[in-house]
Amino acid sequence: MSEGHDDHDHGKQSFISKYIFSFDHKMIGKQYLTLTMFMAVIGGALAMLVRLQLGYPGQHAEFWEKLFPAGMSQGVMTPEFYVMLFTMHGTIMVFFVLSIGPVSGFGNYLIPLQIGARDMAFPFLNMLSFWTVLPGAMIIILSFFVEGGAAASGWTAYPPLSAIRSAIPGSALGQTLWLIGMIFFVASFTMGGLNFVVTILNMRTKGLNMMKLPLTTWAQFVVGILGLLSFPALAAGAILLLFDRSLGTSFFLPAGIFIGDELFPHQGGSPLLWQHLFWFLGHPEVYIIMLPALGFTSDILSTFTRRPIFGYRSMVYAIMAIGFLSFIVWGHHMFVSGMSPFLGTVFTMTTLCIAVPSAVKTFNWLATLWRAKIRFTTPMLFALAIVSLFVTGGLTGIFLGTNAVDIQLHDTYFVVAHFHFIMAGAGLFGLLAAVYYWYPKMFGRHMNEGLSKIHFWFTFLAYYGVFFPMHYLGIAGMMRRIYDPNTYDYLKPLQPVNTFITLAAFVLGAAQFIFFFNYFWSMFRGKKVVSENPWEANTLEWSTPIEPGHGNWPGELPEVYRWPYDYQQPDEEGDHAPQWQAPSKVGTK
Amino acid sequence: MSDTGATALDASWGGGTSPFNVSWQKLMMWIFIITDALLFAGLLVAYGFVRVASPSWPDQNVAFDMNYITMMTFTLIASSWSMACAVSASSAGNKKHVTIFLWMTIIGGLFFLGMQVYEWSHFIHEGARLTSNPWGVQQFSTCFFVITGFHGMHVTTGVIILLVVAIRSALGKSTATGVENAGLYWHFVDLVWVFVFALFYLV
Repeated sequence: MSEGHDDHDHGKQSFISKYIFSFDHKMIGKQYLTLTMFMAVIGGALAMLVRLQLGYPGQHAEFWEKLFPAGMSQGVMTPEFYVMLFTMHGTIMVFFVLSIGPVSGFGNYLIPLQIGARDMAFPFLNMLSFWTVLPGAMIIILSFFVEGGAAASGWTAYPPLSAIRSAIPGSALGQTLWLIGMIFFVASFTMGGLNFVVTILNMRTKGLNMMKLPLTTWAQFVVGILGLLSFPALAAGAILLLFDRSLGTSFFLPAGIFIGDELFPHQGGSPLLWQHLFWFLGHPEVYIIMLPALGFTSDILSTFTRRPIFGYRSMVYAIMAIGFLSFIVWGHHMFVSGMSPFLGTVFTMTTLCIAVPSAVKTFNWLATLWRAKIRFTTPMLFALAIVSLFVTGGLTGIFLGTNAVDIQLHDTYFVVAHFHFIMAGAGLFGLLAAVYYWYPKMFGRHMNEGLSKIHFWFTFLAYYGVFFPMHYLGIAGMMRRIYDPNTYDYLKPLQPVNTFITLAAFVLGAAQFIFFFNYFWSMFRGKKVVSENPWEANTLEWSTPIEPGHGNWPGELPEVYRWPYDYQQPDEEGDHAPQWQAPSKVGTK
Repeated sequence: MSDTGATALDASWGGGTSPFNVSWQKLMMWIFIITDALLFAGLLVAYGFVRVASPSWPDQNVAFDMNYITMMTFTLIASSWSMACAVSASSAGNKKHVTIFLWMTIIGGLFFLGMQVYEWSHFIHEGARLTSNPWGVQQFSTCFFVITGFHGMHVTTGVIILLVVAIRSALGKSTATGVENAGLYWHFVDLVWVFVFALFYLV
C-alpha cells in the first residue's frame, strides 16, 4: 500500500528537498497554488487592460507608452496589442489558473488526506508534474517579450491565424511558444491525472469504499479521467499545428490563402480539423475546471448547514454523467463553422442533456440548504455564490446549446457572459472557497474573517456587475473579441454599458488585493488554529494533526466507518459523526 | 448507507486493498496506455479527415513495397512473442530466460527500426518530401512521415525501456512487475503498428 513514508525519515530535510523538489503531496499542492496566484495576477492584469480599451476606446494616455512602447505607441492601444491581451488572458486563466489551481493544487493537497493515504501513489511523478508545468508557464510568460509579442489568435488558436507565421505579429514566434507551453502543460496534466486516478482507486484506507468518498474526491477522480482522455487530442492537434507552422505541411491550411500580396503554397488541409481536435479537448476542459468547484461546494454546503448532502448517490452519478456527456457535445462550439444542420441538431440534443445532471446537482444543493441553520462563514458564502453563478450560467447555456438560437448569439458578448459565469465563475469562486475552507489545514492559522467577508462581497457583487450586463451587449449584437465597438454605429449607444462594466471590473480586480494581503498576512499573523477540526467537519483530512507532517498521520492510518455526511444523526451524540468515528451502537448504520 | 449485500464488493473495493488486485504501477501503465492510444487516435483521425477531404489518394501498392512492409509487421509481432515469453519467464522466476528473451525482443525492435530507416531513405530517394511526393496529394507523404515517425519514436522509447529492464534484470534488480509493465508498453506499441499498417498501408 503506502510506499513506506515513515515520518522519521523526513525529520532532517534540507530547504531544497522540503520546499523546492519536495515529494510531499501537500507541499506540491501549495507550490501549485502559489504558481496559480502568480499566473492569476498576470491573467487578471491582462483582463484589466482589455476592459480599459473597451471602456475607454482610443483613450490617450502618455503613461501607457512608457509601460508598453510597442503595444501602446503614442499612448493609444493598438489592435494587435488588444488581440494579444485577450488571447493570453484566456490561455493563462483557463489552463494556468483555473486548471492548475482547483485540480492540480487542491487535488494534490486533498486526495491523499481525504482517502487516508500517506501520499500520492507515485510521489516522484507528482513532483515531476509540477516541474513540467512550471517551465510551460514560464514559456507562456516569456512569449510576451519575443519579437511580435505573444500569441494573438485567441485562446482557441484557430488556424489559419495560428498556422501562418506572417498572418499577424502574434502569429510569429509567440504562437510557437504558446504551442510549446501547451505541450508542457498537457504532459504535466497527464502525469497528475495518472496519479489522481491510480491513487483514488488503489490507496484508499480500510473501510473507505468508493461510495463513502467525499464528493470533492469524486470530482477529482472524474476530472483525472477526463484529463487523461481529452488532452491527447489537444496534444495531437498541437503537434500537427507545429508541423504546419514550422515545416510547411497542410493539415489545417486549405489552398488559396492570401496574406498581403503573397499566395501561400498550402493546399488540401482544413481549419475544421483543428476545431474538432481542439474542442474535443476544449469541452471536457470546461468540466475539468468546474467539477472540482462543484465538489467543494457540496462538501462546504454540507458542513455549514450541518446536514447530510441531499442525494449523495445522485450527486455521484451526476458527476459521472456530466463527465461522460462532455465528450459528445464538442460540436456546439462549431455551429457556425459550416456544420451540417442535421449534425448540429444531434449536438444540440446531447448538449441539452447536460442540463439534466446539472439540474440534479442544483436541486440537491437547494434541498440541502432548505430550512437549514446555516453558518455563514466565508467559505460558505463563496459556495452559495457558486450555486448562484451555476444557475445563471447554466440557463444561458441552454440558449447557446440550441443551434437555432446560437447562430444569432455565437461569438457575441452573450457567450463571454455565459462562460464567465459557468466555467470561469464557478472555477474562480470554487478556488477561493477552497482556499478559505482548507486554509486552517494548510497553514495552521485562520484567515482574517472581517477581511474575508469584505473580499467576498466586493468580489461577488462586482462579478455580477461585470458579467451580467454582457448578456445585453451580446443580444444587442456586440461581437466577442472586438477591438473598438464604436467602429459600428449600432454599437455606439452601448458605450455607457461598456464603461460601467469596465469600472466594475476594476473594482473586481482591486478587491483581489484584499485576498492576497489576507492570504499572506494570515500565514504569519493569523489566529492560530487550536482544534484539529475547526469547522467540525467529517472528512478525513480533519483527523490529521493541526500541521500534518510528511506521511499525514503520525501513527496508524485512520480507519473509516461511515460516509462523510453524518450530520445530526439521531443515533449519534453531538451534531456530527466524522468518518473516523466508530459507530456507537452495534447494528446501526 | 446500508452495507448489507455489499460485502463481496467491499472485500475488493472497501479500501485498504487494490480493487483490481493489481499494483498501482501496473494500473498506472494501463491508464497511460489508454492516454497514449488516444494520442495516436488523434493523429489517425487527422489522417482520416484529410484523406476523406482529399479529392484523390495515391495507390499505396505503387508507392510502397507491400512485401517489405509485411516483413516489418512480422518482425514487430515476433518481438511481441518473445516479450510475452520474457514476461512469463519472469513470473516463473527464471532469470536466465528473462534476459535471453528480453534481448531477443530488443533485437527485434532494433531490426524493425532499421527496416524503417531503410524504408524512409528509400521513400525520400524516390522523391517523397514532407510537403510533396511524386504519387499525388502532399498529405500522403505528410501523413506517412508524421505517423510512422511518431510510431518509430515510440518503438525507440520502448527499446530504451527494454534495455534498462534487461540490464537491471541481468543485475538481479528488476522485479516481475517491472518486466510485465515494460511488456505492456511493448505490446501496446506493436498494437499501434497493426492499426497504422491496416489504416495507412492497406485501406
